[in-house]
Amino acid sequence: MKSAQIDPVPSVAGTTAVGAVARERPPAAVLGPWPWIRRNLFASWWSTAITLALGYVLARWAVAFFDWAFVNAVWSVPYNAEGVPDTASCRTAKGIGACWAVIGDRFRFILFGRYTYDQQWRPAVCVVLFLALYGISALRQFWRRELLLIWLVVLAIIGILMWGGVFGLPYVPQDSWGGLPITLILATFGLAVAFPLSILVALGRRSRNLPAVRALCIGYVELIRGVPLISVLFMASVMFPLFMPEGVNIDKLLRAQIAIILFAAAYLAEVVRGGLQAVPTGQYEAADALGLRYWQKTRLIILPQALRLVIPPLVNTFIGFFKDTSLVLIIGIFDFLSAGKLVLSEPAWQGFSSEVYLILAFVYFCFCYAMARYSRGLEREFGAAKRR
Amino acid sequence: MSEAGAIPGQSAQTSPSGAGQPAIVLDRVNKWYGAIHVLRDISTSIAQGERVVVCGPSGSGKSTMIRCINRLERHEEGRIIVDGIELTDDLRALDQIRREVGMVFQQFNLFPHLTILENCTLAPVWVRKMPKKEAEELAMSYLRRVRIPEQAHKYPAQLSGGQQQRVAIARALCMRPKIMLFDEPTSALDPEMIKEVLDTMIELAETGMTMVCVTHEMGFARQVADCVIFMDRGEIVERGTPAQIFEDPRTERLKLFLSQILRGH
Repeated sequence: MKSAQIDPVPSVAGTTAVGAVARERPPAAVLGPWPWIRRNLFASWWSTAITLALGYVLARWAVAFFDWAFVNAVWSVPYNAEGVPDTASCRTAKGIGACWAVIGDRFRFILFGRYTYDQQWRPAVCVVLFLALYGISALRQFWRRELLLIWLVVLAIIGILMWGGVFGLPYVPQDSWGGLPITLILATFGLAVAFPLSILVALGRRSRNLPAVRALCIGYVELIRGVPLISVLFMASVMFPLFMPEGVNIDKLLRAQIAIILFAAAYLAEVVRGGLQAVPTGQYEAADALGLRYWQKTRLIILPQALRLVIPPLVNTFIGFFKDTSLVLIIGIFDFLSAGKLVLSEPAWQGFSSEVYLILAFVYFCFCYAMARYSRGLEREFGAAKRR
Repeated sequence: MSEAGAIPGQSAQTSPSGAGQPAIVLDRVNKWYGAIHVLRDISTSIAQGERVVVCGPSGSGKSTMIRCINRLERHEEGRIIVDGIELTDDLRALDQIRREVGMVFQQFNLFPHLTILENCTLAPVWVRKMPKKEAEELAMSYLRRVRIPEQAHKYPAQLSGGQQQRVAIARALCMRPKIMLFDEPTSALDPEMIKEVLDTMIELAETGMTMVCVTHEMGFARQVADCVIFMDRGEIVERGTPAQIFEDPRTERLKLFLSQILRGH
């Protein structure tokens, strides 16, 4: 390198001398679990006291939970002649042991709702397709134009599988769909459509040359932000059909889907706008000076930087909306959560809400935690390019 | 030649209307920031191949003036004609001008999410529609010229300030502009890096490029400038050869400015 040539003095005074005493590593920090525990948990008498007290509470709780969830749990119940489960053993164990029999007996209903029983392999395949789609989309080597095509094809297949009516698959009306596929459909379509829409809205809101577009975007965001999601869902399900001409009826799920898209897009737009504002003006100017057009500049220079900056709040909003899809239960769509609730209203399984909710929570947690982990990975990867 | 097809107008240093035509003409240009009158009746002409250094105290409007030349700032009155094309609200004319005018900024403004090579190939590929391979070869030739080809696959943040600024020069040159604008290119650099950037600029000046350079580097001005413009409070106060400006200032304002920067050195 050039600087090495024009800089002869330090190579004698500095580099060599330092090289002689240079060590491979900085002095090692105290390693191992015991010093760590000593330093962080038992550093002083009050630290020790808090550690012991919390440890006691935690241990008691863990033991109690283990007893309840495993040792005293009832894993299955007998069925009577009509096939109705006899939950007497669960009722006697109540308070002492979990009744996992409710999950064993009703897991297909929780997963797939009232979908025609012997056709439930179809929503099951859909769930697997969704998971595969997420997996592929998460890998950066697949971030190409073809990915969009894959999405469209997979979503079409999911539509065919769910509705049926072609290829010898019996038709299943949308009213009887339910469970996890509904949650995944609402969340996936919702965020996949809302995200690009939100970018357009954010760009529109920052537009200086198009005051009408700008006003429209501001109005849209402020209007949506000003009302609760529940009321938007109600409007979509109850009021919207009133304004439609006679005989025209849009599917209820689609209406809820549109409501979720519009709602999520408004929130995401503000997140994206934050990112756009954080990109230094110099970047816009450099792109302009090179002769890039507006959309080239936006796509190649501004958005890649803006979106990287807002990965944490973006994923935060994604996770929030994944869970908010459960609000569709108030307009009578049976998503994953409402299917669970429905099980609890059956006479045989009334009162075993802890078990059902625990399982529901666990599934939601798996999806949300996967998103969170993935976003952290992305941040690390993008951060690596910027670090010295 | 295929290249001539890919880069319309590139070979035509003389186009569109003859060699005698000035590269840049400013005709009674005025600009305001709110109530502040930042450019007052700026009229000047810069010939093709001319190297112009613009100096003046901070806030004198020199940056604003060169930023008007590629319309990073809009002038409100008067006419600016670049390479025979008048700057108006017409986007096609603006595109054409920006293709022919390269700019180097005080803060480098490299794209941090792209490698050095990608920074250099972006505009040729997207604006000039050059095939990627050809753009990469072109970029490497310019990176060699600014003496950092070995950094091509690093990211801007991994380079020193001086190296980044040299990349910024290479990036602008990859568009094969007819005119280069420099907006205080060494002001954000540590002293030991100023020389490497100035050396690059001197080499560029020797190729006959039309250059307009806002800078406080008076040594650079003496060495390469054909002409020095001194601005103060939004006006062009004096214009002349470096010898005239530095040895024989006519106005009190220029004398004061020179005494201040000479004291600083």
